[in-house]
Amino acid sequence: MAKVKVRNNFQQARWNEPVIYELSTPGLRGIIPPLVEDAIEAGISEDACALPDGLKRKSSLDLPEVAQKQVLEHFLHLSQETMGANLANDMSEGTCTMKYNPRLCETLVANPGFADIHPDQDVDTVQGILKVYYDFEHVVKEVSGLDKFSLQPGGGNHAVYTAASVIRAYHESRGEAEQRDEIITTIFSHPCDSACPATAGYKVITIWPDEHGMPDYEAIKAAANEHTAAIFMTNPEDIGIYNIHADKIVETIHAVGGLCFYDQANANAFLGIARAKEAGFDMCHFNVHKTFGTPHGGEGPACGAFGVRESLAKFLPVPTVEFDGNHYYLDYDKPESIGRVREYIGQSAVVLKAYAWSMMMGAEGLKECAEISVLNNNYMLNLMEKIPGVAHAFQGNGIIRQEQIRYSFQPLREKYDIGSDDMNCRMGDYGIPWFWSSHHPWVIPEPMTIEPCESYTKENIEEYCKVVETVAKEAAETPELLKNAPYNTAMHRRIKEEELDDPEKWALTWRAYKRKHSL
Amino acid sequence: MSGKQFVHPYIPNSEPAVKQQMLDAIGMTSVEDIYQGIPEHLRFKGEMQLPDPIISEYSCQRHVEGLLNQNRNAKNNICFLGGGTWNHYVPSVVETIMERDEFLTCYVGDAYTDHGKFQALFESSSMLGDLTGFEACNTPTYDWANAIAIACRMTARANQRTEILVAGNMSPDRLMVVRNYCKPEITVTKIGYDKNTGLMDLDDLKAKLSDKTSAVYFENPVYTGSLESQAAAICAAAKSAGAYSIVGVDPTSLGILEAPAAYGADYAVGEIQPLGLHMSYGGGIGGFICTKDDKEFVGEFPSLLFGLCETQQEGEYGFGEVFYERTSYASREKGKDFIGTTTALHGIAAAVYMALMGPQGFKELGEGILKRVAYTKKKLSEIPGIKIPVSGCSYCDFLVDFTETGKTVAEINKALLDYNVLGGKYMGGEFPEYGQSALYSVTEVHTVEDLDTLIGALKKICA
Repeated sequence: MAKVKVRNNFQQARWNEPVIYELSTPGLRGIIPPLVEDAIEAGISEDACALPDGLKRKSSLDLPEVAQKQVLEHFLHLSQETMGANLANDMSEGTCTMKYNPRLCETLVANPGFADIHPDQDVDTVQGILKVYYDFEHVVKEVSGLDKFSLQPGGGNHAVYTAASVIRAYHESRGEAEQRDEIITTIFSHPCDSACPATAGYKVITIWPDEHGMPDYEAIKAAANEHTAAIFMTNPEDIGIYNIHADKIVETIHAVGGLCFYDQANANAFLGIARAKEAGFDMCHFNVHKTFGTPHGGEGPACGAFGVRESLAKFLPVPTVEFDGNHYYLDYDKPESIGRVREYIGQSAVVLKAYAWSMMMGAEGLKECAEISVLNNNYMLNLMEKIPGVAHAFQGNGIIRQEQIRYSFQPLREKYDIGSDDMNCRMGDYGIPWFWSSHHPWVIPEPMTIEPCESYTKENIEEYCKVVETVAKEAAETPELLKNAPYNTAMHRRIKEEELDDPEKWALTWRAYKRKHSL
Repeated sequence: MSGKQFVHPYIPNSEPAVKQQMLDAIGMTSVEDIYQGIPEHLRFKGEMQLPDPIISEYSCQRHVEGLLNQNRNAKNNICFLGGGTWNHYVPSVVETIMERDEFLTCYVGDAYTDHGKFQALFESSSMLGDLTGFEACNTPTYDWANAIAIACRMTARANQRTEILVAGNMSPDRLMVVRNYCKPEITVTKIGYDKNTGLMDLDDLKAKLSDKTSAVYFENPVYTGSLESQAAAICAAAKSAGAYSIVGVDPTSLGILEAPAAYGADYAVGEIQPLGLHMSYGGGIGGFICTKDDKEFVGEFPSLLFGLCETQQEGEYGFGEVFYERTSYASREKGKDFIGTTTALHGIAAAVYMALMGPQGFKELGEGILKRVAYTKKKLSEIPGIKIPVSGCSYCDFLVDFTETGKTVAEINKALLDYNVLGGKYMGGEFPEYGQSALYSVTEVHTVEDLDTLIGALKKICA
């Protein structure tokens, strides 16, 4: 077996990097645009390029002036001050499914046959990429059991917003849009499951958990009525407990005329195991950048694959990618479509990478991802349960956890006044990327949500637990050490955090910073 | 994969002995013991119908390259498409930084361990702010269209008004996104424009402005290929009606075109893709929203905002989330709209591009494009039957009207493929008044030989 390594002497790169403007010397530059040939200069009159009055730039353009090596050096330094999943033990970011992102996929998207094609090219000239879209849609159809997908949404939240738009169009088509103005969701579903319907004009009813940590079924029954447009729910929710009432909830909402949207951001553990269709959902989405092996890009680019039952397909964004037996084409002929949620047909680089990844996996490989991810999680739980100071959500309820767990450092808070943020800062000193605590509100106090998906080794899991154990011990023995951590990461502990909320002090740009600090 | 003899390189704990050891440790005999938590009737009993896996990376690469070879691309063809994604040069330095696994594969960590990401995006916002003349800028959203839509809702919340007026010749695709995003409480109304100049009809604007008008949106450069010379007057008209003005820009034009803040705009929104991103079949896009550094404006952003702050180490630049309580991450349905994963990496790429270009680079880029476009328009207009239907200066994009050649844009584009030319986008469907017109785009990547190839080909095709 491989060695379990705890990085006691870890030191992240810390370059004390100036802001790029501070590297500026007037007259320098990083690149020269192509020069205009004489034949072009000779072929046009002087006034052909005269800009209209008032449009010629007169205000100064204060961009930094930096030579190429120094630009490259600067951004390489900044990259080194960042912990990507491909270089760190990033089971840290629970709910985010931080898989290994194969380098092969980066080679593929750099191919001019992809990188240099324009989205408005005639379909005859882009049959290859349209086949990729069509075939990847088939993958998500199989994984969900649903009938039709749009790959246009630019992320998971965007797909959830698309769902809210489709629900609105569905009820409008039935003349019930005004009557059905409520959405039901659950507190452990992602915040987008309440925020997106609210953006689309809905009132939101939030259901809290029962004593087992599942959405309170009786409360859902009580909330469902003729005003219900739909329910938006995740399963398992972000705490990793599979909702055994999923189909009963769906029946309840259907019985009052509402639709059921299944947020499948946490789908990784259920590939080939359990699907939206069997539970009766009308719609679902996948975070392609999570479940299907594509990079997260520091928060995008991403793709939210949004799927529906056949009866709702007419409301999907335009265009959809279709195949007539020998030719792929774009179908805009959807008079009841919600229109568009994004330009073009989707985040094509993400789709291409996900396609390649899925082709390498096949049905059996996808299922193996699921099985190993739940095994990893339960193996980790077994180790974590033995660490003093670490609890987890709804501990002892007898329910076997699936792909992730929301742990809690509340015992450390009560005994030593050490919380989740303190643990997070100090774990960084051991080379562990910042862990995902929880969205707000912190229903589970002092949370840490961990998802050891299939990419991680047994030793990675053991290392992670060892670091938690080490830092929890430090919390008991030397709490001040944690209060002032981190020491070995790229940045020290923030002070005066309240200034980030103060319009007089905050600075979103260098120009604002200079003005507010009289530089 | 039946009769599988290997451990998948991406799934290390599938190695049988390791797997067994882990099962033993948790007292289970198989993974099925874990899945017992899922009721039997909710389990999927069938098999996913997918192609047999392509087991080796090399075979997968060959397979995908085979598909990509079916695409015509802008490297071995001359591409004249623009309108929202443009064919610009992507510097190698940008490609290098975008490929870094640190940026590529990180996600939502705090600045303690992702300090570099925060600083890169802060710098990206700073440089976009310099181009547009504003002190506040968000982390990127999905695309230009969503940037407009978000800005519209920001203004509606700020002034509690319910109507957005938009230039009638804005991009129809972007308008579709805006219309959906503004539902149900905000109406979107088009303002007329002059067909021959592409300029907004100011009389129509003034007639439609009212105490319901939340904002006026227009694009500069205009989608149909002119420059909106009345920009200052439009912003002033909006202001006099108590409305905000939002300008959609191509950021690469701002080395030569005036910053929107300087002519009175309240918001500048636009597309990140031309700032060093490949076209990637629409995969290069990302949107930005710049505005004034005032709570009235910043307080309405749904986006994550990264700001400079102090740390325990004196002199160190720390970073953190600005006014986080605004966001749906913090406040669920009570937050401003919603946020999530968008296009952060594209914001970083844009930062590298802007840092490379500097003020001189943007100025020379813009001047060069103006000249190439002027050359192309002049030469094309000399071809019998071809007209340039919108007058004035153009930046990158311009309309070419083939109606009098008796040929359709589709026929011409098909014929152009024989010359390895990817012709402009048909516009007659969206703007019937321009007949058989196409939107062409010329940038710094086009050499005089490229332009002459197009001109020569069209002479022959339209003869």
